[in-house]
Amino acid sequence: MIGNDIQVVLPELVMALFAIAALMWGVFRDKDGETGLLIWATAAVMALVGLWIGFSSPGTQVAFHGAFVNDGFARFSKVTLLLGGAAVLGMSNDYLRRRDLLRFEFPVLVALSTVGMMMMVSAGDLIALYMGLELSSLALYVIAAVRRDSIRSTEAGLKYFVLGALSSGLLLYGASLVYGYSGATEFTAIASVVDEEGLGLGLLFGIVFMCCGLAFKISAAPFHMWTPDVYEGSPTPVTAFFATAPKVAAAAMFARVLFAAFGDAVADWQQILAFLALVSMFLGAVAAIKQTNIKRLMAYSSISHMGYALVGLAAGTQAGAESLLIYLAIYVTTNVGMFAFILNMERDGVPVTDLRSLAGYASIEPARALALMLLLFSLAGIPPLVGFFGKFYVFVAAVDAGLAWLALLGALASVIGSYYYLRIVYLMYFGAGDTRLTGSMPFSHAVFLGVSAGAMAIGWLPVINLFGVEQVASAAAATLLN
Amino acid sequence: MVEIILFAPLLGALIAGFGWRITGEKVAMYVTTGLLFLCALLSWIAFFTTPEHAEAHTIFRWIETGSFSADWAVRVDRLTTVMLVVVTTVSALVHLYSMGYMDHDPQWKEGESYKPRFFAYLSFFTFAMLMLVTADNLAQMFFGWEGVGVASYLLIGFYYRKPSAGAAAMKAFIINRVGDFGFLLGMLALFFVTDSIQFDVIFDQAPELAQQSITFLSWDVSAAEIIGFLLFIGAMGKSAQLLLHTWLPDAMEGPTPVSALIHAATMVTAGVFLVCRMSPLYEFAPIATGFITVIGGLTAFFAATVGLVQNDIKRVIAYSTCSQLGYMFAAAGVGVYQAAMFHLFTHAFFKALLFLCAGSVIHAMHHEQDMRAYGGLRKKIPVTFWCMILGTLAITGVGIPLISFGVPFGFAGFVSKDAIIESTFAAHSATGEFAFVLLVIAALFTSFYSWRLIFMTFFGKPRGDHHTFEHAHESPKVMLVPLLVLSVGAVLAGMIWYGGFIGHHWEEFWGEAIFQGAENEVLHHSHDVPVWVKLMPFLAMLIGLVTAWAFYIRTPELPGKLAKAHPAIYQFLLNKWYFDELYAYIFVRPFRWLGRFLWNAGDRSTIDGGINGFAMIFLPMLSRLAGRAQSGYVFHYAFAMIVGLILIITWFAVSGGAH
Repeated sequence: MIGNDIQVVLPELVMALFAIAALMWGVFRDKDGETGLLIWATAAVMALVGLWIGFSSPGTQVAFHGAFVNDGFARFSKVTLLLGGAAVLGMSNDYLRRRDLLRFEFPVLVALSTVGMMMMVSAGDLIALYMGLELSSLALYVIAAVRRDSIRSTEAGLKYFVLGALSSGLLLYGASLVYGYSGATEFTAIASVVDEEGLGLGLLFGIVFMCCGLAFKISAAPFHMWTPDVYEGSPTPVTAFFATAPKVAAAAMFARVLFAAFGDAVADWQQILAFLALVSMFLGAVAAIKQTNIKRLMAYSSISHMGYALVGLAAGTQAGAESLLIYLAIYVTTNVGMFAFILNMERDGVPVTDLRSLAGYASIEPARALALMLLLFSLAGIPPLVGFFGKFYVFVAAVDAGLAWLALLGALASVIGSYYYLRIVYLMYFGAGDTRLTGSMPFSHAVFLGVSAGAMAIGWLPVINLFGVEQVASAAAATLLN
Repeated sequence: MVEIILFAPLLGALIAGFGWRITGEKVAMYVTTGLLFLCALLSWIAFFTTPEHAEAHTIFRWIETGSFSADWAVRVDRLTTVMLVVVTTVSALVHLYSMGYMDHDPQWKEGESYKPRFFAYLSFFTFAMLMLVTADNLAQMFFGWEGVGVASYLLIGFYYRKPSAGAAAMKAFIINRVGDFGFLLGMLALFFVTDSIQFDVIFDQAPELAQQSITFLSWDVSAAEIIGFLLFIGAMGKSAQLLLHTWLPDAMEGPTPVSALIHAATMVTAGVFLVCRMSPLYEFAPIATGFITVIGGLTAFFAATVGLVQNDIKRVIAYSTCSQLGYMFAAAGVGVYQAAMFHLFTHAFFKALLFLCAGSVIHAMHHEQDMRAYGGLRKKIPVTFWCMILGTLAITGVGIPLISFGVPFGFAGFVSKDAIIESTFAAHSATGEFAFVLLVIAALFTSFYSWRLIFMTFFGKPRGDHHTFEHAHESPKVMLVPLLVLSVGAVLAGMIWYGGFIGHHWEEFWGEAIFQGAENEVLHHSHDVPVWVKLMPFLAMLIGLVTAWAFYIRTPELPGKLAKAHPAIYQFLLNKWYFDELYAYIFVRPFRWLGRFLWNAGDRSTIDGGINGFAMIFLPMLSRLAGRAQSGYVFHYAFAMIVGLILIITWFAVSGGAH
């Protein structure tokens, strides 16, 4: 029996063992000089594990009495977060070396938080869920403050930690309410209670609290306030990591809790999700307008993108879950490209985050400007780029679920949001300024930027058909609902 | 073969339009022209090997939705092949001619490349026109119909630096839209009653259409009548018939080869082609055809009167075109589609000839178009002069009446125009007789203005700039060859094809392409009209010729005196019956007012005001607020989270969840 369980959690085990080994290696060698190698190794292991999971046999396996579920949904999320995380981690090496930030703890913490995320998306039990969440969160709190000598970075880490503790409290309180009123921590057991007895007020409040705690993790408004500060304060590679893997993990976990445990109470949690989605979409769009710092801009961008992803979740249908997965995959791909660019924004060796430094960029670096333009158009959701299809699926799912008003308002928010994406394009192509960027881009970053932009540009073609993500996401969503 | 005819011009247009930077200007011109000559050759082969029954070559399925389906298909029958010959021959010659005419155009600066664009447009036009004439359903025809409209728009406005050219292009496009709306309604009505737009299906059902009735604007009218009427509105727009004719004279802003190809020989005859193509339907729509006859007669008359006093050489010919199109419609209206097509065929030769000659004159006179500045050019440009004489002899209908060697003896216009005039008489209907009178008078006027043009241009003393006259020179060979070829057509086309088009062999010539009702024997009767009827057009022609001679050769001061003596009539004609002013008053001004109102009140204040206000005032305010909320204090952030939580809890506490 235990052998069987081990087999199911083998990828997580490999990641965990690697993280511990890396930690030991770092501690006993006590050399930051080899951190570069360690970063590459971690990224490689993450990518390999991601591929391993991606090509592992289909089907649903359950381990540890239902606490751990390995189904198509979990695998889709894991592959997305592992590959996205590996890409971002691989790119961070260069930036950290130039800024003299190569600490061996960084890749170790990333690996540990990744283990936590993998557990989050596979959790089939409230306790497993909390364990995975805390493992990943604790690692992330430290990563946010990885730049110990910078006040902003430590402040960001501290803020994140304090608010994260509050959100964990909310989540735990909700979990305890759910346990108290259902007598179970396992999702399937909770679901059967809801099925038999209906959703009482206690369970409803439990859901509300849990949703609030989870909303913090995906930085959905009004639980988003930490995001701009942390994005801005942390070193850019950390920001890039924050913007990709943890978002996928938290959103997937959110979906699993709601569908697996409260699948019969869609009408109730739909209202919460619609509220969170609506506020996030509009706040992300409106608040970004005045931003001049590209990292803060990306923070608001991710808030509003999480809003769109939640629209799919709010639909509460299989199509909705499918659209959520597609949206996350597109979002991660785009962000990898975006941060491949942002990591290299510098003038005379000093990192620059001011948008105005991009003025006239197209005349210096036409190819990069073009790639960035494609990514920004995709983020803004302009057809026929792939980003449009992400929004399209989400809105269609919402309309089919009777939330046409939400889809309509979402489309409106995306119109507002397109302003700040297009402003960057405007600056690059028509802006005038003398504070130009200098500095080159490592080949690997150029590859990520080019591949990401290229995928956005051609993914919609009928022959490519979103690289088959749609079919896989569809199958994954089906496993979640059954 | 028909596929090659159809797509070679498109290929040429693509090469010239997009590839000229690679191939160079010369190659672009040669390729388009060469492909057109190939098309012309194949078209003549197709013309002589026209199958007896209509053949349809399906290329691919275009639209299929519900019970509606439309193919891209080529329908080959006599109507198609006649049009193929007309379109490709004239187009090929115009391409060739343009090589000379468009060289060193003063509208363009040194080094600017405009020729490939011009040739691409010409070839694209030819493709669209071929699409129109080879269509085997109305949707494909409409595609071609709109395609030629676009090409016409582009070519009228070819000199886009001239504001008048841009305005003329827009005018042509907008007025054609009015007609197109009729076409579209007719097509939709046909689909509504027959559930198809395929010609074969429609034609089979035509007899039933006459019995059916449609409620249109609360009237119950016969389906055949209303469809025929609506389709004719489309034809009126494209063929510049009275009421929708105002764009054609202005279209002369385009380069002269364009006027010859599009606004004389091919596109403007599309309306006539449409009516003939729909003959199975029109045979069951007596009121609609009566209307066509009346409009045709009126247009022929009206345009001829205006042509009498115009001074711009191209405008005279433009009004002449308008008038000749009226003849064709009159013939189609009385049910003699063969005569209409015959006149279309011969007219293509002599009118293209006249336009190209006019172009040669303009070319010689350094782009001076006012005939008052011409005079005495006969010796300077003899080839053009003689070609233009032949064209004039053809259009005025010179021939020997009453004598027949199996076919009438005379120039092309004599054979075909007289056939139309005789047909209108032979129709023995009120509308036919009305048209007959108008057409005979129009023939007189036609003769007058055509000879006036010749006399003012080539005879007398030079009246214009002395320097320009001295430097007037004959056009290059590349422009003269098309003139000579077309001259042959203008002289012989009538006599050669008389027997086939309207003579004794018409039944085997046309096959099933033209349908005539059992009681329609107008064509037959038109051969035995009284002698005085046969003499009428000839006499009209002679009177016109003699008057023109008297006015412009014998006593050149006479026209001026006459104009002074009757200023009202002169001004009325000079201002084209005040149609433009009338339309400006009835349509343009109110619509401009409405547009201005919607723009100012609707767009600028309401929409722009609302959206800009929202985007430039309200959203930045919200954005500032959101920025201020982002204070950096952890307790503010925690407070926001708790507020969010409380909002949701309160919502559920108040609403009680989903229950």
